[in-house]
Amino acid sequence: MSWDTVIGLEIHVQLATKTKIFSGASTAYGAEPNTQACAIDLAMPGTLPVLNKQAVNYAIMFGLAIDAEIGQVSAFERKNYFYPDLPKGYQTTQLEKPIVGRGNVEIQLADGRTKNVRIHHAHLEEDAGKSLHEGNFNSSFSGIDLNRAGTPLIEIVSEPDMSNAEEAIAFAKKIHSIVTSIGICDGEMSQGSMRFDVNVSVKPSGSDTLGTRTETKNLNSFKFMEEAIKREVARQIDVIEDGGTIAQETRLYNGETKVARSMRSKEEANDYRYFPCPDLLPVVVSDEQVEELRRNLPELPDARQARFVEQYELSEYDAGILSSDAAMANYFETVSSACKNPKLAANWTMGELSARLNSQDLSIGNSPVSAEQLAGLIVRIADNSISGKMAKEVFEAIWAGEGSADKIIEARGLKQVSDSGALEQMVADVLAANQAMVDDYINTDEAKRKKKLGGFMGQIMKASKGQANPQQVNQILAQKLNELL
Amino acid sequence: MHNLTIAELVKGLQSKEFTSVELTQHFLDRIGSLDSAYNAVITVTAEQALKAAAAADQRLAAGNAPELCGVPILHKDIFCTDGVRTSCGSKMLDNFIPPYNATVVENFEQAGAVVLGKTNMDEFAMGSSNETSYYGPVKNPWATDSVPGGSSGGSAAAVAARLAPGATATDTGGSIRQPAALCGVSGIKPTYGRVSRWGMIAFASSLDQGGPMARTAEDCALLLNCMASYDDKDSTCIDREVPDYTATLNSSVKGLRIGIPKEYFSEGLHPGTDKAVRAALADLEAQGAELVEISLPNSALSVPAYYVIAPAEASANLSRFDGSRYGYRCEDPKDLQDMYCRSRSEGFGEEVQRRILIGTYCLSAGYYDAYYGKAQQVRQLIQQDFVSAFENVDLIMGPTCPSPAFKAGSKGDDPVAMYLEDIYTIATNLAGLPGMSIPCGMVEDKPVGLQIIGNYFDEARMLNAAHQYQQTSDWHTQAPEGIA
Repeated sequence: MSWDTVIGLEIHVQLATKTKIFSGASTAYGAEPNTQACAIDLAMPGTLPVLNKQAVNYAIMFGLAIDAEIGQVSAFERKNYFYPDLPKGYQTTQLEKPIVGRGNVEIQLADGRTKNVRIHHAHLEEDAGKSLHEGNFNSSFSGIDLNRAGTPLIEIVSEPDMSNAEEAIAFAKKIHSIVTSIGICDGEMSQGSMRFDVNVSVKPSGSDTLGTRTETKNLNSFKFMEEAIKREVARQIDVIEDGGTIAQETRLYNGETKVARSMRSKEEANDYRYFPCPDLLPVVVSDEQVEELRRNLPELPDARQARFVEQYELSEYDAGILSSDAAMANYFETVSSACKNPKLAANWTMGELSARLNSQDLSIGNSPVSAEQLAGLIVRIADNSISGKMAKEVFEAIWAGEGSADKIIEARGLKQVSDSGALEQMVADVLAANQAMVDDYINTDEAKRKKKLGGFMGQIMKASKGQANPQQVNQILAQKLNELL
Repeated sequence: MHNLTIAELVKGLQSKEFTSVELTQHFLDRIGSLDSAYNAVITVTAEQALKAAAAADQRLAAGNAPELCGVPILHKDIFCTDGVRTSCGSKMLDNFIPPYNATVVENFEQAGAVVLGKTNMDEFAMGSSNETSYYGPVKNPWATDSVPGGSSGGSAAAVAARLAPGATATDTGGSIRQPAALCGVSGIKPTYGRVSRWGMIAFASSLDQGGPMARTAEDCALLLNCMASYDDKDSTCIDREVPDYTATLNSSVKGLRIGIPKEYFSEGLHPGTDKAVRAALADLEAQGAELVEISLPNSALSVPAYYVIAPAEASANLSRFDGSRYGYRCEDPKDLQDMYCRSRSEGFGEEVQRRILIGTYCLSAGYYDAYYGKAQQVRQLIQQDFVSAFENVDLIMGPTCPSPAFKAGSKGDDPVAMYLEDIYTIATNLAGLPGMSIPCGMVEDKPVGLQIIGNYFDEARMLNAAHQYQQTSDWHTQAPEGIA
């Protein structure tokens, strides 16, 4: 029997405001525990929330980016439950009247197809703090860090429009691309700036009836999300094919141990007792406010991709990759304008640089090689000062902090020899020293001679310590050997 | 000195008839010697008060001091005071010392007023008799076997007993007006949004409003001038200029149209209260006001709607008291659940727990629409009643509560009887309107209150009518036995 998979996503996006959604405390990541939690964040008696206008603007910007309806009047509600990292005993969120209504996001798939994923809504809410169960605490105590409590989030809720892990990942990446492009989120997944809840169900192929879904919560990387979806789909199919039924439940997936488990069943679900928050007035958004945000909305990934194709003559594919991440796109444009060579700028940004960053889990914002440094390297490749092989060595040296390309080329004596007189002498010397190879070449059938060139090249490059310009050497070598025939 | 009104104290301080230190010491002495009979004050801040008084005297000597500079007051223990325990009448916060001031406290501090201490109150402002306080019940100075009303019973009793010339209070369903009526003092609950709620510990956020209590309407005006302010720390505070409430006190009431809701003079109203209130209305009529019978047809629904909405909001507002960050934590919790359950069961009193349970129930899945949803609809109807009424009248007047102060312990076992104490006051909170109570007679040797309800932000007109009434009556000058 074959099965269809149905996937919907809820994505929590941390908004890049300087202060929290209802207080003036800083949202900066990585501070000592509880140093960025003020009386409001600690839910001290008598304290009251005041809505951060920037968070509202960021939410509206997201709505504009996905062509959604903007709620002219949205409202906050209290979601009640007890947990130590939730100081007020309720989360202030939006339920009935979210700020962003229905919208659409187009995703591109590896086979070149595009697909539309509908957004049900996106709402503003506050983040909770963190419970710390290890470290300095003995087994009978847990620590609570409330630095994150009150950090502004938008929760983006999709319709169940995705039918496999690939589509879900493409959608998640597209949202990442949009929110970083318009500057409302730093996109730092490792710091929890985006977190995914995945709703998955399966049904017999072609059936109109949705199966029972499970929700796997709090996935914080594309990789973990992909694994979690694939495992959950396989698990559900196994259960059903073994004659069982899927229980509606909330699940957790541990990306480190690769273990998925049930967190709570539908019966154990909290009754959150939502009701309108009486401490906050409804959020009224004026047409002028929306229009001003629309006018100033930064370039969206799709528009940027089209511009990259047009302006830099990149392929759709390359432009798509470079424009999917705002930081990478900006990096590329800086390199390109500094080195005046968009093609090489694109290749190096997507190739060597991205590979190195990925291997060390670094974001492009934290790249040890600055855009200016990479541009400097590309200039030397383009003017044939160094060979492609040398370029990799220079790149490594820049990565290691040894300075600019020019400085490294100079210090290591890597400058490519392109002087034709010197190269001709070098080729002549190698031919003279390897008469056997020359004879062999001459005696070989014309059709197979080309294969013999490599041997000479190796000798010449060895003799030049790799500094000979390979294209020129090729030319000179072919010419000189021809003369011997 | 304790028989002087705030207006008179202001004059005396400015003309150097006495100093703030003398005045402050006098009231501290009165609290020390008299309060054991009333239990109106739960924290006395003598040292800070005398220091503040000395500073006020310096400002007064330098000239140009604000009006209330050097005047001693008491704060209801619901207002957070920086460095001074703020208990909200609860064991839960018996150990809580806020590191910040409520905006109301800050306003009085800026004005140079001297804080004598904090007044007793029903636990988390939940009660109409001041019997739910962790610090024990407050006694009514007019009859110590009777209740002072609640929840601001400590503030009302303290003003009645001349332990302070004025006090701050809060009103969620009548908590300023009912104790003011029962203790024979004047008190005003302003329009919702007029006084900042920052630092005022929340009971029911959409209904809570701070206001002053004093012996006269004029003193209430002086205190409200300081207490009311726009505050960007409270999103529900309304950005609107605060008028000088004393400026129009002396206007004539001639031509003033006073609405008399027939629903406020029906079954359940004590005949003595009825008579006293009607006599007061006749006095105002004699001054030229016009009495107009009106109807507020949905009045009967106000108590049931209130006892859904207020507990619902309270159930969430009080969730923060979980034993984890401040306040009471039970001994040796065995796990998180145990810490929550025992901290809250041991830290909250019975009435507070009852309301948390009612509120939690009303918001639960399957009950929300029938209770909370319906109550919000009723709230709209009640508000609409008032909007319609104010198309024809300038003020609405009637009794503040159905009868004079009842005996302590007499309604303790019957929460519904207790809730009906607020039958005439609750509707104004649901509508967000300002309400006031001033003394207008005596029944069984206990005071009776006249309630004055105004349109939104019409506090000046209410205070004007109250002041004019007090120009031709002397109920507000009477003192309980042994006090004057």
